[in-house]
Order: sequence, then C-alpha cells, then structure tokens
Amino acid sequence: MLNALLVMALIAASLGAILGFAAIKFRVMGNPLVEKINGVLPQTQCGQCGFPGCKPYATAISEGAADINLCPPGGDEGIQKLADLLGMEYKPFGSETAPKAKSVAIIDESTCIGCTLCIQACPVDAIVGAAKQLHTIIASECTGCELCLPPCPVDCITMETITEKITNWKWKYPVYALTPAKYDSPAP
Amino acid sequence: MRTLYKFHGGVHPPTNKDQSNQTSIKQAALPSKLIIPLHQHVGNIARSIVKVGERVLKGQIIGRPEGHLSSAVHASTSGTITATDTEQVAHPSGMPDYCITLIPDGLDEWMPLEEHDWQSMSHTDLRHKLRDAGVVGLGGAVFPSDMKLYSHNQKITTLVLNGAECEPYITCDDLLMRERAAEILQGAEMMRALLYADNVLIGIEDNKPEAIAAMRTAVEAGKHERMEVIAVPTIYPGGGAKQLIRVLTGIEVAAGVRSTNMGVQCFNVGTAYSAWRAIRYGEPLISRIVTITGNVAHPQNFEALIGTPGNELVAQAEELSGTTGYIMGGPMMGVLLPSKQVGVVKATNCLIAASDKLFPPPAPAMPCIRCTRCADVCPSELQPQELYWFSKAKNLAKAQDYHLFDCIECGACSYVCPSNIPLVQYYRFAKSEIWAQEASQKAADAARERHEFREHRIEREKLEKAEKLAAKEKAALAAKAARPLQSPATVTIPNADPENTIQLKIQTAIDHAKEQAAASKPKNTEQLTPEQLAQIADIEARRARIREIAKAASEGPA
Repeated sequence: MLNALLVMALIAASLGAILGFAAIKFRVMGNPLVEKINGVLPQTQCGQCGFPGCKPYATAISEGAADINLCPPGGDEGIQKLADLLGMEYKPFGSETAPKAKSVAIIDESTCIGCTLCIQACPVDAIVGAAKQLHTIIASECTGCELCLPPCPVDCITMETITEKITNWKWKYPVYALTPAKYDSPAP
Repeated sequence: MRTLYKFHGGVHPPTNKDQSNQTSIKQAALPSKLIIPLHQHVGNIARSIVKVGERVLKGQIIGRPEGHLSSAVHASTSGTITATDTEQVAHPSGMPDYCITLIPDGLDEWMPLEEHDWQSMSHTDLRHKLRDAGVVGLGGAVFPSDMKLYSHNQKITTLVLNGAECEPYITCDDLLMRERAAEILQGAEMMRALLYADNVLIGIEDNKPEAIAAMRTAVEAGKHERMEVIAVPTIYPGGGAKQLIRVLTGIEVAAGVRSTNMGVQCFNVGTAYSAWRAIRYGEPLISRIVTITGNVAHPQNFEALIGTPGNELVAQAEELSGTTGYIMGGPMMGVLLPSKQVGVVKATNCLIAASDKLFPPPAPAMPCIRCTRCADVCPSELQPQELYWFSKAKNLAKAQDYHLFDCIECGACSYVCPSNIPLVQYYRFAKSEIWAQEASQKAADAARERHEFREHRIEREKLEKAEKLAAKEKAALAAKAARPLQSPATVTIPNADPENTIQLKIQTAIDHAKEQAAASKPKNTEQLTPEQLAQIADIEARRARIREIAKAASEGPA
C-alpha cells in the first residue's frame, strides 16, 4: 500500500518536474495565433478596422476583442479565410464596413508642394521624395490604404482603382447561358 | 529500328490536315498595315524605341528586350510608324496591349544585314544574337530561345526537335519540313553545338510521310551524323514536349522538373529554322509560316509577316461566307480571337476560319457522371474528374494537391467527355485564380515586411535621437564644469542665485548667441563702390533719425 503510494507520488513528482522544465525550456514567445491571423490579413496597414495596423487587429481577434468582419481590403474572401482559420462562422460585413476594390494612390505631381507629410503617413514606405522635392508613389509597393490622403495639405493625392489589364487578367469561371428547351407542340 | 515508348492516354481526333497541305508555302501579300505587339513572348514586354512618324526599315529593331527574360521585336517591313499605342491583340481576354502600328511603304527595304558563320562565333555572342533577333519558341509557347540554349547547369545528352504537329488542321511545320529541311537541320546543328548535346532526335508523326522523307534526305545530304529522323505514331497530344520526349527517349519528365534536368532539351522545327536564318543571314524573326484553313476556299500555308491583320491574311485564302470568327491554333488548344483584325504574332501557327458548320456550338454541359474516360485519355496521368470537381467548387488548394499544374491543357479530356463539360476552362480558371492568389499573398508579405521595417526604423531613429541628446547634454555639462576656471565673468547676472541652473543656462545661451552674432559679419560689406557707400551712409543716417524720433516720442508722455 505504502509502496504503491510512494511510486505514484514519485511518478507524479518526476512528471511534474519534466513538465515544469518543458514549460520554461520550450516556452513560445508571443501568441502563435496572432502570426497566423496576421498572415491571412491583407497587410494594407490601413487602420480601417479601427486598429492601428494589421498586427494589432490580429492581436485583437486572437484575444476575442474584435470581430472578423472588420477588414474592408480583405473582402468577403478574407472573412472566409479568417473564419476557416479560427473555426468560426462566416460573418458578413456590417452596415458600416464594405469590401473595397484594390486601389493605388496617385500623386498629382504638378500640385505637390513637397511637404513630406504623406511620406510620414505611409505605413509601408511606398512614397519617395524629400522636403521641397516632388513626391511620388512606388505603385508596386502601395497597398491602397488611403492613409496619405488626409495629411496632404493641397489634396494632390487621389486613389485609383486597379482595373483589369492584360497583365493581370484571369480566366473566368465558366458560366453558361441557359437556353429554354424547345418542345414540339403535340399534334392535334 | 529504334524502340519507341508510349505515353499514357491520348485521343485520335480527325486530323483535317489534307485540306491545307496540298500546295506549297505561299508568300503572303504585303498587308495595308501591320499591328506588331511588343509582348509576343514569355517574359518582360519589349520596350518601344521608335516614335510616331519615324521611318523604319525591314528588320529594324523597334522593341528592345527588357530584363533577363525577354525578346526583341522588329519591323516586319519598311514603312512609317503611325501609332505606338494599345491595340487589341491575339489574347483570349480580348484586352488591348502595347502595339506598334506600321504602315508599309511597299518598298520592303531591308536594313543592312550581318551574315555570320556560327562556328566561328562564341556561344555567348550566339545567344545575344538570338535574343536581339527575337527568336522565340514557335511551337506556341513563345519562350525566348536564347534562355533555353544554356547547358552549364546540367549535361544535355539529347536535343529533341519537335516536328510532330499533333494538333488537327495545322500543317505549317509539315510544309516547312518538306520545303526547308536543310535549313532546319543547320539550325538544329547550331543548337546541338550550343547545348553540347550528343545527338538530335527529330520526331515527326507518321501522318506526314513527305516531311519525314524530306528530312531524312536532308540528314543524309547534309551529312548530319548525329541526327535521326524518327516517325512517331499519330496520337494527340503526341507533339507536347513532355509527351514527345517520352515517346522518343522513354524519359518521363517528373512533375515540377524541367526536361533539361533529365538531359533533354526540346525545340520546335520552326524555331530551329528561324534561329538559323537569324545567325546565318542576320534576318530577325519577322515572319512565320501560318496555316490558313477552315471555312476558306483555298486552305494553305502562307509565310506571313508578324503583325499582318488576320482578316487580310485569311482573305488571301478566300474566306467563305458564314465565318463566325478566327481560332488561333488548333481546335483542341486554340483560342478564339477577340476580333478578325488582330495581328499575326510569333505564336500564330494557324488561323482557322470557324463557322457553325465546322464547329457547331457545343451541346449544353451536363453533370459529370464519373465515367473517368477523361482519366483514361489524360496524357499527364491526372484525374481530370477530380480536378474538375475541385475547380468547380473553387477548392483550389485541393486542386493543387491533385497536381493541377501538371495539366498541359491539351483538351483531350473535354474531347472525350460524354457530358460535354468544358473541363479545360475550369482548369484554366483554377490556375489563373491560384496565380492571382499567390501574387496577392506575395504582395501582402512584402507589405508586412516593409511595415515592420518601418516600425523598426522609427524606433531606431527615436533611440538614436535620445542617445544623441544625452551625449550632447553630457558634453555641455562637462564643458560647464571646465568653464569656471577660464571665465568666471559669466556670473554677472544681477541678483542671480548661483544654485539656479535654469538662469545659468539661459545666460549661457544668451552669451552664446551674442558671441555668434559678433562672429558673423554681413558678407557683402567688402569692396563696395562709392555709390553703395553713399547709400549705406544715407540709410544709417535715416536709422539714427528714426531712433531719435522714437526716443523723443517715448520720453514725451513720460
């Protein structure tokens, strides 16, 4: 009886020690779920979800503090992906948020005064220029977040929706027009 | 007798080649205008180097290759550039792309051509020449040929020359081999040398006996010892690169592996011919053989200039009424052109004038009954019914698991489908959707990296600023500690508290400013003309007067 108890106690103690050691040795820094969620988000860093960037939004989702339907650039597909990842129900966009077509900012260079305010606002360093020098957008790096629009004192930045061109054209999902079946009228 | 191998599946559609291979290649008439797209090849679009109104000569380069993987574009005849703008091109989307419009002057005047002997040229020079001559794969893939003629990464044992031409209706390679066999072989010899390949296998489907005979005669006449012309069985898609390699060598090119990794490189016979012309005679790729067939009175092959509008070319074979549109390529893999006017490009091996009689509209698609006939004929040994299922459900990850990207879009599955399902359309949709998703994921990753770097940079700048400030303060303190020994005069503030450091600081700042003001002198006070001196004196006098007036005014009321 006593032996059995001792053996059990010993096993419990040693397993506890192993677990305790593992908890320290193999500790995962940060929340791995945040990284996963962040990987699904479109990384526009636009803040339209109400959080200052994609990672803060991902953190908020992982903590259950934010809904999954707050990301307009991600679109419906983004919500679907988040729902799949988190094992949640798909949730359509609320009344205030709507999916947004991908766009790119364009600086009207004849109006730009070179104030650098937009450069400071750009979350991905996609604007080049210097004080009193023309600014311009690196279109390939622009995420279309629109954060450069409000600080511009002369309103020389416009957003241009990215339209389909021959370079980004996609084969369409096959859809066929339905044709009504023809019936021969029965002989009288 | 060489043993031939078999590839999985394949179909036997009616070949319909006899209509167009009865007459020899005819030189197409000079068209009224040429619409030459700048992006006719795989890789980067060529950069236009001509201006509107400029006169160009035949063979003159009008689009320079850009970047690593690109190819040049040339003026197909002499004439005047009338537009460098976007035009509709031979692309299934029907969207416009950058084109150069050339109005021929009728002189067909060549630019001075450089003739070369390839055997005395370095391989690097040869590849450069091919790139500048715009030589790309003419079998339909239009991959820049210079990029395929490297062999430093792996040993190439066999060069396969593809003359199979398995697609129905098309006879351009057939006629080219019949009429210009010797030149094709010269080109192949050059390619073999570039690749250091041991032998050249020329695969021709056995429904082209004249071409096989002509090539065999040319091999003997030209004493090409390392070449062999092999008749391969006629089965679609026996002309696919992987399929032909399998049939000729028994090598199965694995998924995601290039044939070069397995020691085999493959070129179309037309490419070999063009490469030869480009080096030997300096003629860039400005024309190609195009089969005009289908709903025309005289189906035949034309040597057409790149950029010739489709309708002008088809008119020379006398288009019949009832033509609904043109199919570029064969009926199995070809695409319906967005309009009849789009120009011939380097990929245009055939234009079929389609009519409802030749190609009746497809019967409505019915549900898949899982008969797996498609799997039986798939040359890539895929499970087309599963791919269809996943593509239709937009389950793209699963489609990729089933090796969607090994599909060569040959259309054999659609051909045998008893439910008339346009399977290939689903695969094309799924492929382009996956590419788009990959591109957007890549963009998102790049954006995240840039954003994170920016945050890191801002943090770093803050830290650096703080450090700088701390260092400055420390230096100032050290200076202050050293100063009282030299100049005790600084403590001249009336009723100053020696403990009050703020006052001290302000005083030192004022002193510093005064010192600086004294040190700096106006720069334009030397070597003045008498007039300027007089002006200065005048101004000084005025200032003194104003000061006096001000003084009087401030004292007056008091």
